[in-house]
Amino acid sequence: MKSRQTYSWVGRPLLDPKLHHQTYREMSVKVEGCSTELHIHVGQFVLVEGNDDENPYVAKLVELFEDGSEPRSRKRARVQWFIRFCEVPVCKQHLLGRKPAAQEIFWYDYPACDSNINAETIIGPVQVVALAPDEVIPTDLKNEKTLFVKLSWNEKKFSPLSPELFAQLEKLQEGSPRCQKSVEAKTKNIESPSCTTAERAVKRVESRHSSSKSRPAPTHPVTPRARKRLELSSSPRTPNTRISRQTSWASPDSPRRTKRKAALSEITSPSKRSQPDGLQTPSPARKAPEKTGEIQRRSCAKDDKKVSAERHMTLRPRVPALKTTVLSEERRLTPTRGGRRSSMVPSVILIPENIRKREAEEPEAQDEAVSSRHHTSRKSSLLTLNQIKQQLRFLGKSESDSEDEEFLPAAEIPDSSSEEEEDSTSPLPRTPSGASRNLRSSTKLSLQTPSKTPKKTPKPRTPHHATPRIRSRNLAAQEPASVLEEARLRLHVSAVPESLPCREQEFQDIYNFVESKLLDQTGGCMYISGVPGTGKTATVHEVIRGLQQAAQANDVPPFQYIEVNGMKLTEPHQVYVQILQKLTGQKATAIHAAELLAKRFRTQGSSQETTVLLVDELDLLWTQKQDVMYNLFDWPTHKEARLVVLTIANTMDLPERIMMNRVSSRLGLTRMSFQPYTHSQLQQILGSRLKHLRAFEDDAIQFVARKVAALSGDARRCLDICRRATDICEFSCQKPGSPGLVTVAHLLEAVDEMFSSSYITAIKNSSVLEQSFLRAILAEFRRSGLEEATFQQWLVMFLLE
Amino acid sequence: MTQRHFQRRRLHSKSWCLFVGFQFVEMSSRKLKSNNLKHSECLSQVQRILRERFCHQSLHSNLFGVQVQYKHLIELLKRTAIYGESNSVLIIGPRGSGKTMLINHALKELMEVEEVSENVLQVHLNGLLQINDNIALKEITRQLNLENVVGDKVFGSFAENLSFLLEALKKGDRTSSCPVIFILDEFDLFAHHKNQTLLYNLFDISQSAQTPVAVVGLTCRLDILELLEKRVKSRFSHRQIHLMNSFGFPQYLKIFKEQLSLPAEFPDKLFAEKWNENVQCLSEDRSVREVLQKHFNVSKNLRSLHMLLMLALNRVTSSHPFMTAADLMEANQLCSMDSKANIVHGLSVLEICLIIAMKHLNDIYEEEPFNFQMVYNEFQKFVQRKAHSVYNFEKPVVMKAFEHLQQLELIRPMERTSVNAQREYQLMKLLLDNTQIMNALQKYPNCPTDVRQWATSSLSWL
Repeated sequence: MKSRQTYSWVGRPLLDPKLHHQTYREMSVKVEGCSTELHIHVGQFVLVEGNDDENPYVAKLVELFEDGSEPRSRKRARVQWFIRFCEVPVCKQHLLGRKPAAQEIFWYDYPACDSNINAETIIGPVQVVALAPDEVIPTDLKNEKTLFVKLSWNEKKFSPLSPELFAQLEKLQEGSPRCQKSVEAKTKNIESPSCTTAERAVKRVESRHSSSKSRPAPTHPVTPRARKRLELSSSPRTPNTRISRQTSWASPDSPRRTKRKAALSEITSPSKRSQPDGLQTPSPARKAPEKTGEIQRRSCAKDDKKVSAERHMTLRPRVPALKTTVLSEERRLTPTRGGRRSSMVPSVILIPENIRKREAEEPEAQDEAVSSRHHTSRKSSLLTLNQIKQQLRFLGKSESDSEDEEFLPAAEIPDSSSEEEEDSTSPLPRTPSGASRNLRSSTKLSLQTPSKTPKKTPKPRTPHHATPRIRSRNLAAQEPASVLEEARLRLHVSAVPESLPCREQEFQDIYNFVESKLLDQTGGCMYISGVPGTGKTATVHEVIRGLQQAAQANDVPPFQYIEVNGMKLTEPHQVYVQILQKLTGQKATAIHAAELLAKRFRTQGSSQETTVLLVDELDLLWTQKQDVMYNLFDWPTHKEARLVVLTIANTMDLPERIMMNRVSSRLGLTRMSFQPYTHSQLQQILGSRLKHLRAFEDDAIQFVARKVAALSGDARRCLDICRRATDICEFSCQKPGSPGLVTVAHLLEAVDEMFSSSYITAIKNSSVLEQSFLRAILAEFRRSGLEEATFQQWLVMFLLE
Repeated sequence: MTQRHFQRRRLHSKSWCLFVGFQFVEMSSRKLKSNNLKHSECLSQVQRILRERFCHQSLHSNLFGVQVQYKHLIELLKRTAIYGESNSVLIIGPRGSGKTMLINHALKELMEVEEVSENVLQVHLNGLLQINDNIALKEITRQLNLENVVGDKVFGSFAENLSFLLEALKKGDRTSSCPVIFILDEFDLFAHHKNQTLLYNLFDISQSAQTPVAVVGLTCRLDILELLEKRVKSRFSHRQIHLMNSFGFPQYLKIFKEQLSLPAEFPDKLFAEKWNENVQCLSEDRSVREVLQKHFNVSKNLRSLHMLLMLALNRVTSSHPFMTAADLMEANQLCSMDSKANIVHGLSVLEICLIIAMKHLNDIYEEEPFNFQMVYNEFQKFVQRKAHSVYNFEKPVVMKAFEHLQQLELIRPMERTSVNAQREYQLMKLLLDNTQIMNALQKYPNCPTDVRQWATSSLSWL
């Protein structure tokens, strides 16, 4: 699939006095094994190779220059980045507040991002359309390579494009819609007002073609007007076209365009003269016998030539106008073919495919035509406007290509232009007469085309991130009414306190660690251990919250936070999938995700901020080969990764116990251990939660704190006991209006309930037979002194009793 | 000839008498027909009602002695449903102690509250059905109707399912999303799942500010908390509701009465009254009390009481419309029947002899395993010395009998049968107890006396 591409400068270098390197205006990309070349100019929008082959980076070429500083000079380019929605950090995607359109991109307003790239990573040009904030992004596009920019993104928020930026982008789109509109307006005066210009253009073209071939046009109900015109002879029609052409020629934009062309023509290199278009240059490929379609087309072009012989004279002055349309066709092809498959097929061979595609599109195109004609609602008009705009943008991009055509034999022009003029209107409704004309050539060609131009069928996209959720409740949850209910709510483990008491030291340590890594833009690992319920995860969350606030206040550089939990994975290798998905939103298999992550963390990325990764329940990521742990701790050691890994597990000596040397060595010695809470700490925690709420007796709080500290030091347990005690308290006091305080007695009951073994009551309540069974076991144990006995032996004892 | 004639006449007269009798019966039955029909209808009604009560856990029955636990549970569920507070609780109790009945009662009462019924989602899982976390996740997704939420993308791999569900539950918060009540039957089996992923995640949700959930586990293992991993255990709220069958015999009698008596809304009031009177009488009867006491001593499980009553109920017919003490005694016997001893009753004399030989071998060698050859030798000794009635069978015939015993699973090979091992020398173990053999022998019809003697005194033969 990937063929080698050679990059070469086009035109003379302009020496930049300040920067001591040579700048160029244009670059040509030659694909090996293919006679075509791709020309890329400064100011064009380009695709740049990225991590993801499906979605390459998008950028605007600002400058092309040769970097002479290094021993081997390299082609460099300066770009202004655009960012795709999928490249926006997942955690910030919600800031958009709506679903992004499939082809929407954002102006990347982030100066810290490296804009200097290797010119050889450029894949090819792409079409980017700037939209005013109130414009709707068209959805049903024939050309899927067109991208739309509407908002800018500066790592913090999405904002509409500033007016001057918009104007700048708009200016780049040569042949702006305003110009087209004027054409439209003028032609409307000439022809019937109900038709759109494009339609008219189609009809014009068709009429010329069909007449030149003197072939009866097939009837079609939708375009009676076109048919009528077809029946006319060619001579009355010619003025008609001339008029329309002249209108476009006279459009306010055209002079400007020619001026620019003139300016550009001097930098055109002679190499460019070998135009890829096989039709226009007598290349050997044209004479190849198998290209029957081409020959066939040429034959029909020949008689066309004869007919329009006298037209050349009149057309001559209008050549630029015609040429733009020629090129628009060419451009339309390049992003899809040259860009994506990085190989360019001579346009002649491509045409049949185009036609076939067109045929497929025809019914809907006609529907569109009908609808747009019948009710010119705002939407449809907007749509056509966009389509027109899109077309014209190609003109804009291809403007510098156009001067090459001036050297071409004029005789070819009418033919190709008429052909291609039609193509340029492809997003617009087409009449059947044109299609059936093309059908003839396409059917002949169909045998050889499939192999050369495999048709690309875009896959229907399924929603990438379906967001499931539990349905919301009809009735709002009641708010707590009494003091005890309020207390219970605050005592719930899920209630997040404003601050974490008793973990100040640990908080500070972790905070300092992560902050220093962020400031140094390096990576590192930290291992946090402690028994369950000692606030490990809560503290880390608190640290991250603090750092995020600091990042908002620009105290620390912004970072991306990702959390994975070993318990929430089905299998250790799934951790890659989770990280990748949270990092980029991509979905991949575990193996593929591991590769992508390794690539991401080991190579210099274009726009990277530090990533903070929290791995909870680390011990569950243990595998036989320990490759998951190894990778997790290996990535931060790469300088480019800028990855901070915080790991949490229960056991203090986990690295020594289960990890291989090479894994624990990478984990490093930054360890932290969370001690179980002492009774005074638990008391403080309870106190902070129950601040200003008189629900517990002081003694009661002290009692439960001491009890839990003696048992486990688990804060969750402590909170649960208190919560249960409020239940008991509420339960025991019968009068609902006056709930008393929770006393030691209540807590004692709760503690008993939770910690007392239920065996004794269970035995007490079992049946006589079950009790004697136990007695017999005991007797047998006393007799034999062994802890195990067979049923038979037991039965003997049982019967003795 | 005359005698024969006479005989025929007697036969004739007999048949006439029969005919007359039949006519009489028919007449009387016609009179009673409507009454009788009603009677049988009533009985079928009774059987239907009571069987339903015994077999299905009907929600209409009252709760016996679990009011405190019930109140605890219902309060907890209400707080989840109304305040959106997440909770977790375990209901622990032996089999048949009414755990499922308790939660079903609580849910029924909860659903009767109008504001709650629309707001609560229920997910019922059973450790016997959802044998691993993947199946459980799919079941949860299905029961929460989440598969409707996202068109085509449901039920991918296990990992996808998990993250999908966690994401779904994470989206909610205390006040706005619908509370979900998870009921995990056979909770202890979930603890055997790999890593206890499901339990960890459920408890983690219940301990974090996500969709409010109530996790209710039902189990009969008292040591359930030891089965949980420490981090899972830490996330569990340690609320336990114990159901212990803590009633005594008087309550047991009361339950017995209540289970048998007909409801007031029974169509035939007269019959119901009579039936209930009979039940009252039964409960005061000494032999019935004895039966019940014995049953109570063996097991306090209410299901076993149901079984007993069911068997007794099956004996009730239109000719025998009311349950008697004898019925109950019969049912008790059926209940406590030993199936192995019953199998022994059906064996041939040769097979009985083999079993006795094995018993002697067991006595001599103290539960050491034996093989066919040893048994055959023992049998030969008996036949040659003392047997009068037992024919000396050939070895293959004895072998066949031996194999039959193995098929009946009265004896079991010690290790797996391999193809090339000699069957005569394979080590076997007897699965019957001495007392079982003796009891069976006593009941064995037409048991030869010498065989019986041999069974009782083994060592004298040597």
